Amino acid sequence: MESTLPAQQLIVCSQIQLSFTVGRKSQTVLDQLDLSVNSGQIVSLLGPSGCGKSTLLKVIAGLVDPQSGSTAIGDQLVSQRMQRTTRDRMAFVFQEPALLPWRTVWSNVMLPNELRGKANQGETIDRAKHFLNLVGLQQSDWKKLPSQLSGGMKMRASIARAMSTKPSILLLDEPFAALDDMLRSKLNDLLLTISAEEKCTMLFVTHNIGEAIYLSHEIAIMSRGKIAQMISVPFPFPRVATLRSTSEFAAFYGHVSGALNESHA
Amino acid sequence: MSSLTRTMLPWIVPFALSLAIAVIWHAIVTWFAIPAIVLPSPIAVLNALWQERLILLHASWVTLKASATGLLCSAVIGSLIAVVFSQSASLRMALYPYVIFLQTVPIVAIAPLLIIWSGNNFRTIVLVSTIISIFPVISNVTSGLLSVNENLRDLFRMQSATRWQLLTKLRIPAAVSQLVLGLRVSSGLSVIGAIVAEFFVGTSGDYDGLGTIMTARQANFKTAELMAALIACTALGLILFATVNLLDATLLRRWTRANGFESDK
Repeated sequence: MESTLPAQQLIVCSQIQLSFTVGRKSQTVLDQLDLSVNSGQIVSLLGPSGCGKSTLLKVIAGLVDPQSGSTAIGDQLVSQRMQRTTRDRMAFVFQEPALLPWRTVWSNVMLPNELRGKANQGETIDRAKHFLNLVGLQQSDWKKLPSQLSGGMKMRASIARAMSTKPSILLLDEPFAALDDMLRSKLNDLLLTISAEEKCTMLFVTHNIGEAIYLSHEIAIMSRGKIAQMISVPFPFPRVATLRSTSEFAAFYGHVSGALNESHA
Repeated sequence: MSSLTRTMLPWIVPFALSLAIAVIWHAIVTWFAIPAIVLPSPIAVLNALWQERLILLHASWVTLKASATGLLCSAVIGSLIAVVFSQSASLRMALYPYVIFLQTVPIVAIAPLLIIWSGNNFRTIVLVSTIISIFPVISNVTSGLLSVNENLRDLFRMQSATRWQLLTKLRIPAAVSQLVLGLRVSSGLSVIGAIVAEFFVGTSGDYDGLGTIMTARQANFKTAELMAALIACTALGLILFATVNLLDATLLRRWTRANGFESDK
């Protein structure tokens, strides 16, 4: 029976070891790290600054190669020289919107497909339009340059761009860190909508505990280059904003916060 | 203060200053009875400017053509060299010292050599103007091409972008504002280069730019006329500088003004 099948592992990192050399000193960033993420799940990487969260995301994206260990997406290995087809399954949302300032919103959203030589395909154009609408950018904004947009709108455009290539994995590196709380929770809901609609696997780096709980199936607590603990989030999907004000949420917040403190005590 | 006064103030103050200097200058010349051959009064200079207006206009036009062509050559050739430098670290290492040589070579010393090789003509003037004004373009554009925001580069890598795509869709558009910065410095240099070359071309040929006029006036101790030519030289530099600024504010605006990355590190 289908429902009893174990969830399929999509991202598997094993024994990832990575250190940077600064001057004569070698600094370990990722230390024999293991992580697996099931298909369709949202997993948050939670930890203090400098614990290696962003580096791990770059390793999974194939932007940085570790000294040893391996990362696999399905049955394909990840590296800087990985096959185009593997890389094309992933999209990255950066800490900053990273829009090209001389391109309009529309042209920024079309950029990934343009680089893949698919900019003129009807399906691609429809998809870009769909996501621009979904993230809440009005048609009148599409012709604007990024400098004419607010910080939140730029981030929305950045998410629409990431989704425009139909990724099966979305990697997000603290995308909302610079935004205020109101906007942050709106964009959290937007991510949940996208996840439900696209069945997209998401790996979300954050140091905001509330955000990690609200978004994720599982929280990976990172400390000193390792996954210190995996915590399953007990709240069912779809999640609604009122969840944040329940006592269960507060209690679980305390639990995660405690685990976080314990991990780097 | 009315708003009109406020907007005019940046013009009024420098003008008042130059007027004051002219008055003092005039007073000194009359008081000490300085011979006009050493220092003519400002009125004599203005008079010479008016008397020689047709000659100066023609000469300015000749020099403007040479220095504008020199500046254009610097922009085009300098940018091409910068593109080559951005593509190969070993070429950059091998050739950059020679580019610095262009910057440090005393142009006054090689101008006679260039005239021997290339003749008493427009081409030589343009050549000298280019040599003296190309360095800021090469140096600024090279750094503009190389110092592209890391996230934007990762964005392109995530799409398996080719080197050509990275160059044409990211590096070159990102370097336009550096090109404008370089051209602002080069605009003044290109006029200097043209005039210095004209000194050496001298009055022997049929070439009659501002530098030629100045050499002739100096030989005849026509100091007032010499100073009038000096004013024309300054005006030329200003015209080229203003042209670069105009390009910056109009045609290139999208690339130079919109650079409001928060993603800029």
